[in-house]
Parts: sequence; structure tokens; C-alpha cells
Amino acid sequence: MSAPTYHLPASMPRPVAEPDGLDAPYWEATRQGELRVQRCRSCQGWQWGPEWICHRCLSFDLTWERVEGRGLIYSWERAWHPVHPALRGHRPYIVVLVELPQAGGVRMIGNLLGDPEQVVSIGAAVDAVFEPHDDATPPFTLVQWRKSA
Amino acid sequence: MRTIRGRVAVAGVGETTYYKHGQAPEPEVKLALRAILAACEDAGIDPRQIDGFASYSNDRNEPSRLAAALGLPELRFSNMQWGGGGGGGSAAVGNAAAAIAAGYADCVVVFRALAQGQFQRFGAAPPAATASGEAALTFPYGLISPAQRFAMKVMRYMHDHGIRQEAQRAIALASYHHAQANPRAVMHGRPLSAEAYDASRWIVEPFRLFDCCMENDGAAALVLVSAERARDLRQRPAYLLAAAQGSEYRNAARGHNAPTYASSSFTTVAPRLWEMAGLGPKDVSVVQSYENFTGGVLMSLVEHDFFAPEEANEFLVPENLTAPGGRLPLNTSGGNLAECYMHGLELQIEAVRQLRGQSTNQVPGARVGLVISGPMVTPVSSMILGTEDAL
Repeated sequence: MSAPTYHLPASMPRPVAEPDGLDAPYWEATRQGELRVQRCRSCQGWQWGPEWICHRCLSFDLTWERVEGRGLIYSWERAWHPVHPALRGHRPYIVVLVELPQAGGVRMIGNLLGDPEQVVSIGAAVDAVFEPHDDATPPFTLVQWRKSA
Repeated sequence: MRTIRGRVAVAGVGETTYYKHGQAPEPEVKLALRAILAACEDAGIDPRQIDGFASYSNDRNEPSRLAAALGLPELRFSNMQWGGGGGGGSAAVGNAAAAIAAGYADCVVVFRALAQGQFQRFGAAPPAATASGEAALTFPYGLISPAQRFAMKVMRYMHDHGIRQEAQRAIALASYHHAQANPRAVMHGRPLSAEAYDASRWIVEPFRLFDCCMENDGAAALVLVSAERARDLRQRPAYLLAAAQGSEYRNAARGHNAPTYASSSFTTVAPRLWEMAGLGPKDVSVVQSYENFTGGVLMSLVEHDFFAPEEANEFLVPENLTAPGGRLPLNTSGGNLAECYMHGLELQIEAVRQLRGQSTNQVPGARVGLVISGPMVTPVSSMILGTEDAL
């Protein structure tokens, strides 16, 4: 079996759920290949990033709703300077901020897969790509993005 | 209206030598003490009269230690502005002034000491192998440093308003131009041309190397007293005409979910500042605007109402931004880009020097100076100083 390949080096900082459990359902869902976003049972409002209370109606009754992994590029950047030791000698990479119209317009962050020097357009459609790191301790899954076909 | 306007003044300013990152020959706390004594000397105040301290960004040098070290008879006010990194610079001045106006203290020092070479650098990733909380949503994707955190705000803003790279370039060129006349500036003797800017490497698009602040070692301090007392001291007082801090609705929504995303965070703060001062952009002689990244300065100037975003390409040209004759002289000491990244507090000092007529890039007859602290973070802050004529 060949070593898994990741968009950025495996030695980048690994995400771990917060000790108080706030974002644990999100990270658990990504392990199943699902994208989940907070939604309020009282007012049906969407919320991201996670918080313990609904910012619209102040209800504590929040749930985690599965949403389709598609969105629109809201903004982006191409990083060249290696700020982390894992990135030394690495190619540039693209970070995208992706708006999810089907989830109240919340925004998600990930890398745009493909050529790191590709032209990026605000408003372009993208699809989520799950990137499992099964060999990490503990394992985790990142959510990356690819331009829609 | 409840207001601080005209009640408190900056009586003294001081700083250490400004060093390149990692080159301070002394520990950070010693730099802080030197800057505080320099500001007292400038004001003509016995340091034993200090009875309060205000700072920001979790400055490591606690007031109780400073008070003990300086042998202060009594500590009456000790204040830390929460969060916001360099966004706390003007808020710290506002907090100190509020303490004086309220009677908590009589002589408050605002200071910042930063020897990044002795501690974790802002521009490098922290060494942890894991990321939790908001960082879990960003660090694994290589969205780590401040430049990376803010680049997407500026990218969206430039896209929305058709702003060209040259607008950011003009801000960098103005700072470097002013630094050439300022012997304190770390970049004194290191001029920057438009060609050198264009040839510089990308840090993270849309920021080139020269769009990003330096990292430095040093300390800076200001001494604040009541307006009445300031009139009896050595220097011409710089009166605080207004201070405001904060940020708009849900600015800190995690994972880049602020509703007003492409912003310097001043959309609600700046109108309150102008209202308190009873002034508008046309009354301002000179602006010091915190350059973490040039795009943040651009949005700050728009949000403080100097021009519309659609006018940015036309307004932001070097000749408009340079002293003495530009329409809006900007960062006349060289600022965070070229004087020193003293976490922005060198900007407050320069604003005071302009009003005294002591700047190395003096704007003739300067009577009102605006200082904008830490764009794109939350909370941000800004303040207005004026001469006696401006009261």
C-alpha cells in the first residue's frame, strides 16, 4: 500500500476537537464523509462557526444538520511564504473561503485542489472533497474544495 | 453627550532605539522601563508621579512589576485592553484618558514593549502540532499567520471595488518615503521604489513583501495627564478630542463568518469617533494608520470617510500621501512598515510630534491628527488628537 497523499504536508497542524466538545460533532461527521453545520431548532437559523447559543433567537437548542458539499468561492488567497516548518520548500497553495447558499450563506475554509497557480475566480462553483488522514493519531478528515465540473 | 473631548492630553512621549527583530541588546522589560522614563523626561514629569498604566495585546510587562521597579508611591489604575492585537493601541489611550477624567488616576502611562526576538514571532506559526477551536478550522489548511488571516478580506474588497495593486503600493511607498527623513526609522537609508515593490515576492496574494509590516524589538510610551495639568508642563499638549473602539455585528464569528467580511472593522467605530470629536475627515491635517498590511490601511481610510472605495485607485497615489504637501499625509514617521513595528504605538507618538511641530516629516500647521489602530482585527480603535486651537 502506498503512503496516502495529502494536499498539504502531513506534518501541518492537526485539528483536534475542543475539550468542551463544542465542535466535536463537526469533526466526527467529516470522518463519515459528511459536512454538518449548526442549525437552531427554535428559529431554523444556520450558524457557523459553532457556538453554544443561537445568535438570532438565543436558544441553546442547536442541532447539527447535514448539508450538501457544494458552494461558491467567496474569497481566496494564494500563500507563498512558508510560515510553518512543514511548508518549507513546498509549492504555493490556495486557500478558499466557500459560501454555502444552501445553509444560510455560512462560509467554510479549505484548500482549492488542483494546480496551485491556477486562476481563481470569486463566485466560481466548487465541490467538497473529503481528505481523510487515517494514519494520524487520532485520525481526522479535512474538507477540501475542487472547482465544479 | 458624555465625552472625553478636551479633558485629557498627552504630555510626553518616548521610545527606545528601534531594532530589527531579534537585535535588541536588552530584555523586553528593560526596554519598557527605558521608554517610560524617556516619556517622563520629555514631559518634564518625575516618574514617581505615574499612578497608572494602560496597554494592549497582553503586553508581558505587568503594571505591578513596573510600579515596583520604578518605586511608584501608589498604583491607582492598571488596564489591559482585551484582544485585537494592534487594534488596542488607540483604545489603550482612550482607557487611560477615561481613568484620568473619572478620577481614578492622575498620571497614566500608555506603553507597549515588544521584543519579538525574545519570544514567539507574530509572523511565524506557533510550534504546536495540533490546532483547536477556531485554529482547527484554519491552521490545517495553511491559514495561520496574520497575513494569511487578512489576505482574503482584502482580496474580496479589491474584487468588489475594482481596486488595483498600485493602491496598496502607494501606501507602502509613502511609509518608506517618510522613513528616509526619520533617523529613528529601522528603514532609514533603505528607500523603496515602485519598481522594487513590483519586483518583490508575494507573501500571500494580494500582499507582497512590502505590503506587510516589519517585526521589530523596542518599546514606546506616552504620558497622559489632565488637560489643565498638561498646560503647565514642558511640551505643547496634544489634547485627546475623541477615542472609540469596538467592531461591528458578529465581527468575531468564527471561521471567517463575519457578516461584514471585507472590512477593516471600523464601519461602526469611525462614525462614533467623528461624532465625539465634532469633526470630519476634512478637518484632519495628518493621519497615522496602522499598517499590519497595506490593504487594511486602504479599508481604514475608506471607513473613516476619506474617500469612497471606488475612488481608491485615484486617491491612493504617493503624491497625495506624502508630507509636507500631500492631500492626506499618511504615516509620516514611516509607521509599522518602515519606522518600527512598535505594535502601532509609534503612530500615537508621531501624531503627538506632528501637533508639536517636531516631526521629521512635518506637516505645516498641523492641528488635528487621526490615529487608526489595527485594522481587520476585533476590537479595533481609533483616536483624534488636536492642538489648543482645535479644542
